[in-house]
Amino acid sequence: MTIKFNNVYIEDASVVTGPYEKNGPLANYFDKSYNDLYFGQKTWEQAEVKILTDSVDILLNKVNRQKKDIDLLVAGDLLNQIVASNYAASSLGIPFLGLYSACAVTCQGLIVGASMLSNKEINNCICAVSSHNMAAEKQFRNPTEYGAPKPKTASFTATGAGSVYLSSKVSPIKVESGTIGKVVDMGTKDAFHMGAVMAPAAGDTIYQHLSDLKREPGYYDLILTGDLGTYGKKILVQYLKTEYGIDISKNYDDCGTMLYDLNEQPVWAGASGPASSALVTYGYIFNKMKKKEIGRILLVATGALMSQTMINQKLTIPAIAHAVSLEVAE
Amino acid sequence: MDKKRYKDLVNIYTPKENKIYNILKAFIIGGFLGIIGQFVIDLLITYGEIPKNEASTYMIIILIFFASLFTAMGFFDTLVGKARAGLIIPITGFAHAMTSSALEYKREGLVQGIGANIFKLSGSVILYGVVAAYVFGIIRYILLGG
Repeated sequence: MTIKFNNVYIEDASVVTGPYEKNGPLANYFDKSYNDLYFGQKTWEQAEVKILTDSVDILLNKVNRQKKDIDLLVAGDLLNQIVASNYAASSLGIPFLGLYSACAVTCQGLIVGASMLSNKEINNCICAVSSHNMAAEKQFRNPTEYGAPKPKTASFTATGAGSVYLSSKVSPIKVESGTIGKVVDMGTKDAFHMGAVMAPAAGDTIYQHLSDLKREPGYYDLILTGDLGTYGKKILVQYLKTEYGIDISKNYDDCGTMLYDLNEQPVWAGASGPASSALVTYGYIFNKMKKKEIGRILLVATGALMSQTMINQKLTIPAIAHAVSLEVAE
Repeated sequence: MDKKRYKDLVNIYTPKENKIYNILKAFIIGGFLGIIGQFVIDLLITYGEIPKNEASTYMIIILIFFASLFTAMGFFDTLVGKARAGLIIPITGFAHAMTSSALEYKREGLVQGIGANIFKLSGSVILYGVVAAYVFGIIRYILLGG
């Protein structure tokens, strides 16, 4: 299911991060970074609300708009009942659609916002996502002070929030098309190997996108997955080659392997969470696109639809990936 | 691609954990902790004039105290992550599990937060510890008569 959008542009974007991201290689591309993980709040969850609100506030400043000028806020995060988005929306007071598709919500939000804008149902929209390392650890794994050993394939939830302002005003980056993925379950049960869980979903969505639009992988300067990590990345390249005969090895990278210094920082296979794709794309990649160093990208945000309850019931983990094609406007 | 073939593909690109190295590390660190425990017992008997059977209880309390303190000070999780089973299996792991849960949920109140969650990780240890003690107690009674 691929949609081509008419006149949808990203006027600007904002990125706020935590300390680990600031210590990574992309630090220069963020609007704001905090030195601790509480951001002056009392709990991890409230900290995530704060960082998401910050990101929207910075974006409003950048595009010189008031909250009342915004027609729609589309946001999602990893927490139960997407509380970070709900509470941020509560303080922002903008008409709000909350979404959940785990880390794939970055592209899900863009597709929802761009579709409504493309159909002229709204004049503008902010798409925001967030994740918080400690809030995610607490909810999906163990108490944050508990030092459970992790295998090499485990990922590290990125702390941060990213927002984009979509409108039909001609701007440097155009949202060209989007592909809505299917939920894919290849029988992986290992909650510490999300790369393996999500790679087939990414592969199927990339294939679907390319065949719907009759494009070759080389059409894009960069195909960018959200958070497959070191090992998921290799699995995806091989999966696409074996299953569909598509070779993406020349122009492919993964945000999860770009956000941190994988050799120096204790992040195992790399970054995960909606913030992984948002921080890398909205910060680093947009910068390169504005300088015209990169022309077209296919962003494929990948989400493991994991629930501790279902894992305890011995079920496998389903995954989803949505793709959005972004290009430098002519 | 069927699930079986996909699993094979995943296995090719999944790094193997070095089990022998992890086992050795756990054995050495866990053993070292045992030596510290014995040293504490000897100290208590020699200088504290505490009877031998009570000294081991005091030693356990001391280890629990330091594991909890270090957890609260925020660096024990890094140590456990490195030492793995060497620090998790001894009583230090139990104390670490309880303290970290208490710290995590203290913002959610004394009853709904700490009370409801403190045994989140260690509850299984207590339950199956009691069950095992019961079963082995019965076996011992049948075989040895008490």
